[in-house]
Amino acid sequence: MKHLEEYRDAELSKILIEKIKATVTQPWAIMEICGGQTHSLVRNGILGLLPKEIQMVHGPGCPVCVTPQHMIDRAIELAQTPGVILASFGDMLRVPGNEGSLLKAKANGGDVRVVYSPLEAVEIAKREPQREVVFFAVGFETTAPANALAILQADSLGLKNFSLLASHVLVPPAMEAILGAGDNIIQGFLAAGHVCTVMGTEEYHAVAERFQVPVVITGFEPVDLLRGILKLMEMLESDDHSVQNAYARVVRLDGNPQARKNLSSVFEVIDKDWRGIGQIPGSGLGIRQEFAKYDAIQKFQLRFDEEIHHNGCRAGEVLRGALKPDQCPFFGKQCTPLNPRGAPMVSSEGACSAYYHYQIEPSHAE
Amino acid sequence: MQNDLNFYRFSLNCPLPELDMDTIVLGHGSGGLLTNQLLDKGVFDLFKNADLQQRHDGVLLPTNGQVAFTTDSFVVSPIFFPGGNIGDLAVNGTVNDLAMCGARPKYLSLAFILEEGLAMKDFWEILLTIRNAAEKAGVQIVTGDTKVVDRGKGDKIFINTTGIGERIDGADIDHRRITPGDKIIVSHGIAHHGMAIMLEREGLKFEAPIQSDSRPVHVPVQRLLEELGGQVKLLRDPTRGGVATVLNEIASQCSLGVDLVEKSIPVDPVVASACEVLGLDPLYVANEGVFIAVVEDGAESRALGILRSFEECRQAEVIGMFTEDHPRKVLMSSGIGGRRVVNMLAGEQLPRIC
Repeated sequence: MKHLEEYRDAELSKILIEKIKATVTQPWAIMEICGGQTHSLVRNGILGLLPKEIQMVHGPGCPVCVTPQHMIDRAIELAQTPGVILASFGDMLRVPGNEGSLLKAKANGGDVRVVYSPLEAVEIAKREPQREVVFFAVGFETTAPANALAILQADSLGLKNFSLLASHVLVPPAMEAILGAGDNIIQGFLAAGHVCTVMGTEEYHAVAERFQVPVVITGFEPVDLLRGILKLMEMLESDDHSVQNAYARVVRLDGNPQARKNLSSVFEVIDKDWRGIGQIPGSGLGIRQEFAKYDAIQKFQLRFDEEIHHNGCRAGEVLRGALKPDQCPFFGKQCTPLNPRGAPMVSSEGACSAYYHYQIEPSHAE
Repeated sequence: MQNDLNFYRFSLNCPLPELDMDTIVLGHGSGGLLTNQLLDKGVFDLFKNADLQQRHDGVLLPTNGQVAFTTDSFVVSPIFFPGGNIGDLAVNGTVNDLAMCGARPKYLSLAFILEEGLAMKDFWEILLTIRNAAEKAGVQIVTGDTKVVDRGKGDKIFINTTGIGERIDGADIDHRRITPGDKIIVSHGIAHHGMAIMLEREGLKFEAPIQSDSRPVHVPVQRLLEELGGQVKLLRDPTRGGVATVLNEIASQCSLGVDLVEKSIPVDPVVASACEVLGLDPLYVANEGVFIAVVEDGAESRALGILRSFEECRQAEVIGMFTEDHPRKVLMSSGIGGRRVVNMLAGEQLPRIC
């Protein structure tokens, strides 16, 4: 914990906030990509400490939130299939599908196991050879290498009863989709430190160049975030549209080559649906054909053709930064963590959940 | 606690009695021969006292003045965990609930629901732990029950304990007496029990093992009430849902706001690291040997002095106060000077924690 305390230092935070105030001369709208950053901003009360010129727009970096509804429905279906164990991160359990959630499937007798790592799911498959174990693999570039490793490990163990229900998404195409939208207001990004830990910083240069927006690779602790915001303000104020790394204590320029190698040996880039946003070309990862036997979609011949029932949830607007969570008419009334309409209210990285749990003052209407 | 447990684990004084079975079978709950064998050779011998010896369906008890009365069921999984097991948890949990009423714990009932197939040696170890915990807390087990359910219809062992205590003179525990300015004290470092269970379940190891804080707190509570009397306005033990949930409950009961200071909340560095890794907020993690005391404004220094003289409360801290602002809301100033809401736990952070 010692290494964390210095990034939660009150004095240093105060100094950074003063520097930010001294730097900003005009209004700016910037987006933090990752839901972990959103939570840290709200939880530490940073939103209330920033000068009013800075509008923080919360990005789509909540893997649980952008997982398409029909993937959740297939996971629920698998969980209720006799002989199948569905292993998942705990965050997915309360996310509403078309009907019900994994938590309800579990209550109805489905075998849903909460795990902390995909390798735990491999262990379960090893221990229970008579059962089919499906790991619900969601996430950005951050979690993909571990999920790739799970397949590689299952392969080396010769496990025939393990597969992934994969719903992986990629950050840079999402940034491009946001910047390319007609109603875009974003002028700069705090890029997600953890994603860059794996992927490095290379991919962001093209985005910054093409859309003329500065990108600052940023961490998650208060001091990290304030450093990232200060850097981004300095760049915006001086018309600098490059990519800077304000999280150099963790992120190397070339990321983690071994993790990237695992990732690309198992996954390939595909077009991908994002819940609430729609399809973004080249924005997802699918399992390569040579590992098809570990692909739950093929193994169980899952279909995704049913009509999606819409309950009015406006998560899409929240995920694009077009709507603040507490400006949604359902927020805190017909949509709460216990009775969510959409994923951002239940995910630990969801913006709606951050506002519900930590926010003191309501957002001002814009 | 751990040492006591080890003592019993290897004790020759209380070897497993000669029973015909090495596991629990349905017959142990039949009320017939096997039940009587289990009771005669096991339970009654272990918890010897005149009331229990009567072997009646119930018991007549002498009491003085107002009594506190509480009940709790224990379904923790796993049943053995670092720092205790379901047995001492069942005793300490009810003893502490009595203490939170401002009462001196006196009597407990003890009821088991056992699953067919439970190893007799595990049951025996739990019984020994219960005896040890009851002795330590100075309570007598005066009535009880044993039922057995088919394999697969329970999970090894469930325990219910009901407790009776006598009100301590001068104690006036009532949330309606809380007024703005009253201080909130937490008696010790938080989140030990929940994290101990969590790490045991997940098979995770940290630099130092995290032990459950399962322990009775009635002695420091009694001293606090004897010294401060009515200046202690409320006592609560933040078990399931943790400190955050209990403070939200109190805030809505008395229609006042709570201001917390994050930095003042005692959290052991190892516990904090474990919470960090698992993405849990220690404010929501269960405790079994910690209590929250609301004391009159101005009485907090004396209260801290009294509490810190006890080993189990040496990390006692004032963590916040009640305010007229933001009624029914708990706000916390973060380490870097920002503020946020601390809400009630939604759903389960961790099921079957006690």
